[in-house]
Amino acid sequence: MGAGIAIVAARAGFTVRVFDTSREALDRAHGQTGDFLEKSVARGKLSPIDRDATLARLIGSTRIADLADCEFVIEAIYENLTAKHDLLGQLDQVCPPETIFASNTSTISITEIAAGSGRADRFVGMHFCLPAQLMRLVEMSPGLNTSDETWRAAWAFCEALGQKPVATSDTPGFVLNYFLIPYHNDAIRLVEQGVASAADIDIAMKAAMGYSMGPFELLDLVGADTQKLLCDAMFGLTNEKRAACPPLIRRMIAAGHLGKKSGRGFHHYDDSKMFGA
Amino acid sequence: MPVNVIITGRSRSFPKDVPPMPGSGTVLAGTAAADVISGAAKAGLDFVAVELNNECLGHHIGLDADPITARIVGFARFRLGTADPSNLIELVSMDWTDEDAVAAAKAAFEGGGFVVACCADRPGRIVNRLIRPYFNAVLRRLDDGLASAADMDKTLMLGLGYPEGPNALLARTGLADHHEVSAVLEGALGDNDFTPARRAQIAWQRASK
Ligand SMILES: NC(=O)c1ccc[n+]([C@@H]2O[C@H](COP(=O)([O-])OP(=O)(O)OC[C@H]3O[C@@H](n4cnc5c(N)ncnc54)[C@H](O)[C@@H]3O)[C@@H](O)[C@H]2O)c1
Repeated sequence: MGAGIAIVAARAGFTVRVFDTSREALDRAHGQTGDFLEKSVARGKLSPIDRDATLARLIGSTRIADLADCEFVIEAIYENLTAKHDLLGQLDQVCPPETIFASNTSTISITEIAAGSGRADRFVGMHFCLPAQLMRLVEMSPGLNTSDETWRAAWAFCEALGQKPVATSDTPGFVLNYFLIPYHNDAIRLVEQGVASAADIDIAMKAAMGYSMGPFELLDLVGADTQKLLCDAMFGLTNEKRAACPPLIRRMIAAGHLGKKSGRGFHHYDDSKMFGA
Repeated sequence: MPVNVIITGRSRSFPKDVPPMPGSGTVLAGTAAADVISGAAKAGLDFVAVELNNECLGHHIGLDADPITARIVGFARFRLGTADPSNLIELVSMDWTDEDAVAAAKAAFEGGGFVVACCADRPGRIVNRLIRPYFNAVLRRLDDGLASAADMDKTLMLGLGYPEGPNALLARTGLADHHEVSAVLEGALGDNDFTPARRAQIAWQRASK
């Protein structure tokens, strides 16, 4: 996810420091970014000069000190409040006081993450959509302590990235995941109950509603493992039964049917390239 | 040989013309379709498809296997409130329905230019089972102040590629109609996620004044 956000910022002309504690993850992201930009050139979406310039603006690092000159930091590490607090606490020491911090969290409260950042007033939620390098939407949420100035600056930065911000409240799942996770679970339960096959449900939802993807096509992109994490987080926070993880997802994870990335989920696949590459 | 289409009373699936469909079968549409089922079933064609509204197929043919009703399938062309019908036909069968009859009905509707999704005989079939709890959640969260209706719609359109946001869609096709379908499913399924949200209740109360 972080790699996609980095592409967005570099493509918009910003110098981007891509920080990851894992060198392997950085190398993998670098390779996928190269493939993605190459494909953009082949499709006529990007000139070779802009591809080279975009790549040159992406500077990978495993040293947190290299983020000292960043004016804006978007955190996209794994979904764990303690880990996010740890990292943001360190960043608070490294970055100047005027640097704005944002979190790409899908399910954790912005106010709670901000509380461990040392700068709750200069903190916002910026939830990009997967794949960030192709999707324009960013759900922006203020924490309870976010200042108006920070909110306006973050909003303007989001627009400068070429993205489309929408304002949502700091509640579990914001807008997109709040509606999407239970809708996907409802679809999975129809399969569990033998009401229809995943293929027929995809056909029905696309034809009836004009959706470009059926729920199972999208679930296979999200991954059964991620769906379970999302469900556990959302159900834990809302206690709403539609958000509870359906047993079929647990069985699919145990069977290795994770979705597109494992070649089999609700449907079968034969490649696992970065989406859009 | 074209399929016989018999329309008795008002049909939600075919408010206007019915496209020609190839095959040996009978499509019974309209509010009184069920009255002529048994006659049609005895004609010995490959299938009989009876139009369903919010009820199950079992309501018309019972729950017990029977060689005559084994060739009867149910169908509904999905349509949201006052909008034009979609191109989707939900094709309903019982676990004892003759597989050849289901295949023949599917081929006939597809030959007429429809997209067909097969499902078991359960309240709400596929689409209403999935969209009604989602619509209710949208309406409840609008009341909670999650985001404005416009921002909610924009988020779902940009994030998921939906052609229209749920708030605009419900306003266009009728909140009272959503209430009607959702309330039927709440009764049939006993699940409060189908309880019509406040905004739908008010629209329905005002429409029935
Ligand atoms: N995957 C999605 O669909 C999606 C969509 C929107 C938002 N998000 C959010 O984005 C965040 C990341 O999700 P993901 O799926 O990309 O996770 P991921 O586990 O795939 O990637 C996280 C990366 O962070 C690195 N990392 C871990 N700890 C670190 C630290 N202390 N400092 C620097 N780097 C560290 C890891 O090495 C890894 O490369 C989460 O908050 C998630 O909720 C995910």
